[in-house]
Amino acid sequence: MKLAVYIAVMAGVTYLVRAIPFTFFSKKIKSRFFRSFLFYIPYAVLSAMTIPAIFYSTGSVLTAIVGTAAALILSYFGLPLIVVALSASAAAFIAGLFLK
Amino acid sequence: MKSDLTKGMIHGIPIALGYLSVSFGFGIKAVGAGLSVFSSAMISALNLTSAGQAAGVDIIAAGGTIIEMILVQLTINIRYSLMAISLSQKLDKKFTLPHRLAASYGITDEIFAVCSAQKGPVTPSYMYGMIFAAFLGWVGGTALGAAAGELLPAAISSAMGIVLYGMFLAIIVPPAKKSLSVFIVVITAAGISVFFRYVLTTLSSGFAVIISAVAAAMLGAAFFPIKEESE
Repeated sequence: MKLAVYIAVMAGVTYLVRAIPFTFFSKKIKSRFFRSFLFYIPYAVLSAMTIPAIFYSTGSVLTAIVGTAAALILSYFGLPLIVVALSASAAAFIAGLFLK
Repeated sequence: MKSDLTKGMIHGIPIALGYLSVSFGFGIKAVGAGLSVFSSAMISALNLTSAGQAAGVDIIAAGGTIIEMILVQLTINIRYSLMAISLSQKLDKKFTLPHRLAASYGITDEIFAVCSAQKGPVTPSYMYGMIFAAFLGWVGGTALGAAAGELLPAAISSAMGIVLYGMFLAIIVPPAKKSLSVFIVVITAAGISVFFRYVLTTLSSGFAVIISAVAAAMLGAAFFPIKEESE
């Protein structure tokens, strides 16, 4: 039951965040500070979510470090999201084989 | 001439394929956090977003509060408001109120990017076609990942746990490489997050993410305001 509440709240907030501005917004945001904040927030959120959680995402810090390194290198060279994501996983998997 | 709906679906195929593999990772993560295959797929169907869902599942797994869930979803998904505002300037006249209410469900980073890159105004049918393709990839991948997560060898499913984070890095790294201010914001957010993880451990992971991100983004806005009219 609690799970249904969590999911409903999650979906409701996510929908409203999209729908309210999409439906009713026509003017531009004036505040330069606020627009700058909105520009930076996605990167800041993803960074805070990823570090240090990524190191615990595979059940072994060592394989996770290998996967993270692969992701950093490939994304540095601008490879597509999906290539980076799957390579990180493949690298972690291969590292796991050697650590057994 | 292809209809806008078909055109939207075709443009949505690469998005759907990308989503399929990322949501596969989400499905594994969700099942790992104790959710059923059905609940996992339901979350994907209702939210259609990666970072917010991943954080939401963390909160569910940790038994976090509803307030925490609301604040985390707001912080993580607030970027969609910005995209929605931007996209709202580009809509075809056919976009009446009901269409806007319906199509706003499908504003994701990738759909926003593809719609914004269109030359002419965006029609409701075009967006629906793209959302439909993306939905199939996202929800299908989640269900497959959640189902397979229970069957796959542990070595594979645990390695898949890094997929979403790998994608996050792929979103952060290129702009951080190009712009020193983005780089500083990203490093600051990561630094504060590490501090909460190892030093000030009383804070739940959801709030730690919010505070880290808001503080880092405010620092960026205060010291490196974006140029007028730049994205």
